[in-house]
Amino acid sequence: MSKVHNNKAWWLVLPVFLLVAFSAIVPMMTVVNYSVQDIFDQSSRYFVGVDWYRQVLQDPRLHDSLLRQFIYSACVLLIEIPLGIAIALTMPTKGRWTSLCLIVMAIPLLIPWNVVGTIWQIFGRADIGLLGWSLNQLGVSYNYASNTRDAWVTVLVMDVWHWTSLVALLCYSGLRAIPDVYYQAARIDRASAWAVFRHIQLPKLKSVLLIAVMLRFMDSFMIYTEPFVLTGGGPGNATTFLSQTLTQMAVGQFDLGPAAAFSLVYFLIILLVSWLFYTAMTHDDKTR
Amino acid sequence: MSKRKRVVLLIYILFLLVPIYWLLNMSFKSNTEILGGLSLWPHGFTLDNYRVIFTDPSWYRGYLNSLYYVSLNTLISLSVALPAAYAFSRYRFLGDKHLFFWLLTNRMAPPAVFLLPFFQLYSSIGLFDTHIAVALAHCLFNVPLAVWILEGFMSGVPKEIDETAYIDGYSFPKFFVKIFIPLIGSGIGVTAFFCFMFSWVELLLARTLTSVEAKPIVAVMTRTVSASGIDWGVLAAAGVLTILPGMLVIWFVRNHVAKGFALGRV
Amino acid sequence: MDWMAWTLPTALFFAAIALLLAGMTMWELHSPGAERKGFLPIDTTRGDRLFIGLLGSAYLHLLVVGVTDWSVWIASLLSLLWLFAVMRWG
Repeated sequence: MSKVHNNKAWWLVLPVFLLVAFSAIVPMMTVVNYSVQDIFDQSSRYFVGVDWYRQVLQDPRLHDSLLRQFIYSACVLLIEIPLGIAIALTMPTKGRWTSLCLIVMAIPLLIPWNVVGTIWQIFGRADIGLLGWSLNQLGVSYNYASNTRDAWVTVLVMDVWHWTSLVALLCYSGLRAIPDVYYQAARIDRASAWAVFRHIQLPKLKSVLLIAVMLRFMDSFMIYTEPFVLTGGGPGNATTFLSQTLTQMAVGQFDLGPAAAFSLVYFLIILLVSWLFYTAMTHDDKTR
Repeated sequence: MSKRKRVVLLIYILFLLVPIYWLLNMSFKSNTEILGGLSLWPHGFTLDNYRVIFTDPSWYRGYLNSLYYVSLNTLISLSVALPAAYAFSRYRFLGDKHLFFWLLTNRMAPPAVFLLPFFQLYSSIGLFDTHIAVALAHCLFNVPLAVWILEGFMSGVPKEIDETAYIDGYSFPKFFVKIFIPLIGSGIGVTAFFCFMFSWVELLLARTLTSVEAKPIVAVMTRTVSASGIDWGVLAAAGVLTILPGMLVIWFVRNHVAKGFALGRV
Repeated sequence: MDWMAWTLPTALFFAAIALLLAGMTMWELHSPGAERKGFLPIDTTRGDRLFIGLLGSAYLHLLVVGVTDWSVWIASLLSLLWLFAVMRWG
């Protein structure tokens, strides 16, 4: 659709701009201010230039949690995106089961994040949880609170449980938008199910998949509440992700300067990746 | 083929429901039964855990607080996002694309360290521990999302409708309220659903910006966990109750959910 | 405003960004620019190039501070060159 050029449209956007700017720009400026100072309390603070940046960029603890974070986000995307597509393909397209299916799948998305953590905390426990108990009965020793591998797997399974539906629902709505004639043509050509997927469904899913990847990347990269409730970052530091390291620094140790410096680095990483996705997405819209 | 599909879907749905069933199961048990051994359904069925929540003001007020700020947030987000989404879908203006991207970046700011500035910002303007503070803070990620979804729905409405209305002598506000908003009703419903959802599930900001008066249910829950051992039964009951409002809301938009998840742009 | 912990350098930094945005707005109002293709792999407008330039500068600073022992001013100097290059030929 061709749009009219009209700068008066700014008046319609102004409320949104002011509202978001209030909550976004003031705290952002404050974080920038923190990141260049050594702060003891309100009245005694010293300008230290880029020292904090130098410190956090060379801090092995943060390298570790950054690496862990990237591995985690990669795992999340590698599992949830294909699984989400697969689930979307299996969903019924009509009939009374469709709404029920949609509603059930949306349930995990509507559960407060700390409750998600609580559910899995209970579910995974060896004494009172079905999962932990059955695994141990089957002879698999499993304890997410003391075993690093178990903790990782549990956090990952929890994330899959929590968010795969989002990907599936996004893909489902993408699939619904494909006109029937495409499938009819494929049937005439006697195309295999794989060929239909590869040449008809996947290309049509591209734009929703980009949204899904972007949302899943951003949210998994900032994950805090669920592992915090489930494992508290442990055992050791095995499931301490970036947000948690930062919160420990800022709130626990009151190292405001380094925490602020690192959160800006963190923000820049997310900004770059999201910009790449966004550019790919809008570029796609333009060529269509 | 179709049978195999159904089996896969069934397994997935079971995978989704079993942990929730377990929570439900525990919420109907007494603590002695929970800790006494594993049982697949409550043997001594009890509603005591729910009774605790509905009679203890610190619990049920948590619910009311959450519902209050979530509704407030949904209302604010929708009312500012509607005109803005219209502007993005109908006009080109100076810096529009950059503004749109900037709005989206606010979903990306890691909340962890922004907590302290947020706390100080809202304290300095005297809004700390009020519902409006949480509602405003949640606008940070809900307003961009609302604009994004609504813009998708609005772009699907042919522009000729606007033009015809203007020719018929409608002013912009009258056209917008009388004609345009009813046209994208389902889009508004879906947007409200998303705003509700993201505000309802958020914990960090809500916990930081409140202490007593506006303390949300999610914060009540985390504090119960840390203090005086863990009362598993009550915790499970509270968890079950936090799932209900979401299910209620999704019931209302069930017919539009599929389109909503494509953010209106398929 | 006390809790925001302002310092002169950060105040100058934000003032510079604000001025830059205001300047870009004036420029765009005065003589609107169009999309074009330079050495960057995508079509860009002036605003896009400014964003790419600034984001690149931020990463350049991180690189210099994180990997080398050079003064930040070297990073800033390089950033100015990069910003100019992107705006001119990007």
